[in-house]
Amino acid sequence: MSTKGFLENQITAIGENVLTKVNGLGHFTNFTLKTLYWTFKPPFRIKLLFDQMYFMGNKSVFIIFLTSIFTGAVFAFQIYLGMKAISTDSFIGPIVTIALAKELAPVLSGLVVAGRCGAAMAAQIGSMKVTEQIDALEVMGINSYQYLAVPRILGAMLSMPLLSGIFLLVGYGGSWLIGVKVIQIDEILYTSKISDFMNLGMVVEGLIKATVFGYLIGIIGTYHGFNVTGGAEGVGKGTNMAVVWGMITVLVIDFFLTSFLAKIL
Amino acid sequence: MSEYSVEFRGLTKKFGDAVILNNLNFGIHKGKITTILGFSGAGKTTLMKHILGLVEPTEGEVIVLDTVIGSLTELELREFRRNFGMVFQYAALFDFLTSFENVAFPLREFTKMKEDEIKAKVMSLLESVGIAPEAASRLPSELSGGMRKRVGLARGLALDPHIMLYDEPTSGLDPITTHVVYDLMRDTHRKNEYRGFTSIIISHDIHATLKYSDYIVFMEKGRVVEHLDVENFKKSENPVIRRFLEL
Repeated sequence: MSTKGFLENQITAIGENVLTKVNGLGHFTNFTLKTLYWTFKPPFRIKLLFDQMYFMGNKSVFIIFLTSIFTGAVFAFQIYLGMKAISTDSFIGPIVTIALAKELAPVLSGLVVAGRCGAAMAAQIGSMKVTEQIDALEVMGINSYQYLAVPRILGAMLSMPLLSGIFLLVGYGGSWLIGVKVIQIDEILYTSKISDFMNLGMVVEGLIKATVFGYLIGIIGTYHGFNVTGGAEGVGKGTNMAVVWGMITVLVIDFFLTSFLAKIL
Repeated sequence: MSEYSVEFRGLTKKFGDAVILNNLNFGIHKGKITTILGFSGAGKTTLMKHILGLVEPTEGEVIVLDTVIGSLTELELREFRRNFGMVFQYAALFDFLTSFENVAFPLREFTKMKEDEIKAKVMSLLESVGIAPEAASRLPSELSGGMRKRVGLARGLALDPHIMLYDEPTSGLDPITTHVVYDLMRDTHRKNEYRGFTSIIISHDIHATLKYSDYIVFMEKGRVVEHLDVENFKKSENPVIRRFLEL
């Protein structure tokens, strides 16, 4: 192949790749707008919303509990190891609690929910797609976005701040166990330092982040479910994409959200 | 009132450069069983999607029950789809619901019937398609292929539709169950015939088609090759149809 031909092929491949990505972005935007439109159109499916909140919220509590207690404990221990050399280990309480409230609780809850619920959303909707169950809904005159996507997205949005709140409280409990019971920091000193340095805005920041992450996990999970093609292999791919993109999105958006919230809170 | 339940006027559908349906002009007789027959890729499923308003024509129009489908808004179209019942190739039952709940689903969604009325209607529908009461509480994964088709038919009939669509209704079934399902489709049609009930079957099963249909539309490469009643279809001299009949 001549150099010219090789270059032409490479440029064509890059162009096709860019077009595919732009097309995918347009498709995703279209899906997002459709779900947004159908969120505000009756009938409002409250029972389906509560079913989803039960699945995403209640059924995630145990895994959130485990994740948060050990996160709080290990974080407290690491801070202690780093700070004892300069005799500032009494600051473990506020450092851990602020980190939990602003970052660790929403982000780690988001990663857990993206893994557990984002995957479930894509798998459930994807298998309905390949077995024509979504077509059956449409033929009956039921909007599949409204019936399948909206309750899941809203369910994730409403469950995430609750799970993040649980993460914060249990994570605090884990750090308290290490700080007060293991490292033997005076309990009054431990808690009073927290109230000195923490404020409500930090908790609100975490809850806002959790709500945004819930929305993103919901929209990504349902999008990949609706766009499954083929059979079982397609469902597997869709599920995988939902988890990977859900997690990446939580981490990336966290950075921008932190910058934005720092200006307004 | 038209003599047709469904009418295609100059219907053309293209996907990119590919012409899937090419200038179709015909009607499907009200109150009759019409089978749309053809080889794979003939455009049968795309035609069915046009009847349901799931895809828009590139050119021409589709008229169903004297309503131009293209003139309806999205919400009107969703309302209008309640005139249809549909049995999918693999039944498409909701796998998270039992047989009973699958049949009750459209009644709960679209009617104001009380729960005891729904129960009575669902059990009557299940009985009419030969599903035993004890199978009503089973999930689709616990049913055989033939039973799923029956439950799918009961679900399709729940809202007393005017048009029943069957997409390859006997795919994956053994020959005996195939005829049981076809018998059921014919019986269902005859029971509802008095109110102009129309059955449209998408199929490539020539033998069952000849036995159970009133009219046959034969399609090839997006065109209608023949649209005849069964007796005249059997006599057709068209070489493509002769080849199909000799299978």
